[in-house]
Amino acid sequence: MLGSYPIDGKFGKYGGKYIPETLAPAIEELESAYEKYRNDPDFQNELSYYLTEYAGRPTPLYFAENLTKHIGGAKIYLKREDLLHGGAHKTNNTLGQALLAKKMGKKRIIAETGAGQHGVGTAIACAVLGLSAEIFMGAKDFERQKLNVFRMKLLGANVYPVESGSKTLKDAINEAIRDWIANVKTTYYLIGSAVGPHPYPMMVRDFQSVIGGEIKQQIWEIEGTMPNAVVACVGGGSNAIGSFYTFLDNKDVRLYGVEAGGKGIKSGMHSASLAAGSEGVLHGMFTRLLQDECGQVVETHSISAGLDYPGVGPEHAMLKELKRAIYAASTDQEAIEGFIALSRLEGIIPALEPSHAISYAMKLAKEMKKDDIIVVTLSGRGDKDVEIVQDYLNKNKNNRKKKTKHAK
Amino acid sequence: MQNRIAEKFCELAEKGESALICYVVAGYPDPETSKQVINALVNGGADIIEVGIPFSDPIADGPTIQAASNAALRKGMTPNKALHVVRSVRKQHPNLPLLAMTYSNILVRAGMKKFMSNAKHCGLDGFILPDMPVEEADIYLLTASKLNLATVFLVSPNTSEARLREIVARTTGFLYVVSVYGITGARSSFQKYTLDTIRTVKQVAGAKVPVAVGFGISRPAHAKNMIAAGAEAIIVGSAVINKISEGSGKKMLNDLQNFARSMKKACKNE
Ligand SMILES: Cc1ncc(COP(=O)(O)O)c(C=O)c1O
Repeated sequence: MLGSYPIDGKFGKYGGKYIPETLAPAIEELESAYEKYRNDPDFQNELSYYLTEYAGRPTPLYFAENLTKHIGGAKIYLKREDLLHGGAHKTNNTLGQALLAKKMGKKRIIAETGAGQHGVGTAIACAVLGLSAEIFMGAKDFERQKLNVFRMKLLGANVYPVESGSKTLKDAINEAIRDWIANVKTTYYLIGSAVGPHPYPMMVRDFQSVIGGEIKQQIWEIEGTMPNAVVACVGGGSNAIGSFYTFLDNKDVRLYGVEAGGKGIKSGMHSASLAAGSEGVLHGMFTRLLQDECGQVVETHSISAGLDYPGVGPEHAMLKELKRAIYAASTDQEAIEGFIALSRLEGIIPALEPSHAISYAMKLAKEMKKDDIIVVTLSGRGDKDVEIVQDYLNKNKNNRKKKTKHAK
Repeated sequence: MQNRIAEKFCELAEKGESALICYVVAGYPDPETSKQVINALVNGGADIIEVGIPFSDPIADGPTIQAASNAALRKGMTPNKALHVVRSVRKQHPNLPLLAMTYSNILVRAGMKKFMSNAKHCGLDGFILPDMPVEEADIYLLTASKLNLATVFLVSPNTSEARLREIVARTTGFLYVVSVYGITGARSSFQKYTLDTIRTVKQVAGAKVPVAVGFGISRPAHAKNMIAAGAEAIIVGSAVINKISEGSGKKMLNDLQNFARSMKKACKNE
């Protein structure tokens, strides 16, 4: 049973807890607290109250009829996590973990953020549950994502730019871990994806599995059957594993994880750790990483900040090895095309992260039968990305002008 | 020769001294100078040297060692080049205990067995991996014991007694007591809990393995207090790196040697 992993903190050979000794008691405390509350009906009821009354669950499963007709292949359904409070699936996890932290008596919450989505999600959960939020953000991202920095501050969080290393998401995680080591007694580390030492990958998966659970029920109500394929984008892998988990033991449901192909895998400028990475240890887990031959973690690239991470959750590394899920990549350009298609055809501006999944699903739909069903997890809305897309399109327009001039 | 670390601790115990362990970053400020830095420290009285192999994501290190590691990486330092540094230090100092301090991924990426045999071949005596807890260490321990390499584990102020016993049973060479709740980086003072931790650890470690204390130590007075509490070795890292960063040339090496001498004096209880 694939659904029964992790076993002893491991997904096959992946996962584990490669952590400094100071964190061992904190991880132990977290493990036993989570073990207690995951089976506690009162905790689950309270979480479910916040997810429904506050955050707006269940989210719709929407038949994208226009997109489906446009492609002329399998039926495409969208799981609308973009409609969740906060604008992305991140809130499922932040509410779950923040509530757990509160039960554990921890009042100081720290978190990392890349583009700011998880930071905003953490700030939201901390505001509503009366906890204090301290967010670490790479100095480069801090500069690039000023609006989200302000959003977090509005929600009452403190945001710290991280100047070390490559000044991006991986360094923000390093700094959050360092802070946790120094303040281990009072502090809860609220990690933003299905990554890190055990029990985080399992716990984040569990909190995000509400996505796949709803998909299963909703598609059954609408179509009376299971989907043929579930497609989700993979950064650290939380929305993807949350979408997949319920289906792991339904072997007829094909699972597709779509990573950021950036400027193409061959260019080396991408974030596809499953497609192009190798095994290694980062941020407390054994997984697949983008690293050089010496074991130094390399800088990654993606047009979507949320996918720009050199590692990936260990459960995905296992699912790839077992070939239970198929991992592909969409390039920046393909993501932009998915972004535009969904905006024009369905009136939905998706975040750039799930635009990678949309683009891949469009290709997949073409190859499938008309009565086949694809569910794509639309993990977030695109308001945060309109400026990036505008810049990208302007640059391309200018390049094209230059090229045609040369041709003349 | 069979075990330079154990021999050193024996020798010092007979003299009634504690060991001075100094940490340097291989390739910082450059490979050649990092060898001279080691010479200066040894001349000043350092008993054991920890050679840091730079890693891109050092989660247990503060700004000082992060910056030094990054600088070394930018200049092209690699794990293999770090082992070259070890090899030439070994040639000059046949009896000096030499350990590598690095992160798990450096060994995992190269292949545990391949990297550790190469390290052994270059004259290394053991490893310290701050992100390798005993739970994950099966292959690491097996490989190290076949090669007769020491595997130094860390304990911290919040380590439970049960865990402490388990770690004491696994660690070889010495036991590394992390003095504070925090990461590496020179500190000006320590709280009472640090000395309490050393006492507790010493009680459990007993005669099985020497107890070394590190993280934050920058002054002879720190060393004296910790030794009085039971420490058999003092580890100085960031304070050494700071001296390298602040100075240059002969003067820097001289300052380092004097600094090592002052710390070693504290270890002799002078
Ligand atoms: C909308 C959205 N989707 C996806 C991701 C990627 O994260 P994960 O792979 O954990 O779902 C992010 C991360 O910031 C995001 O904001």
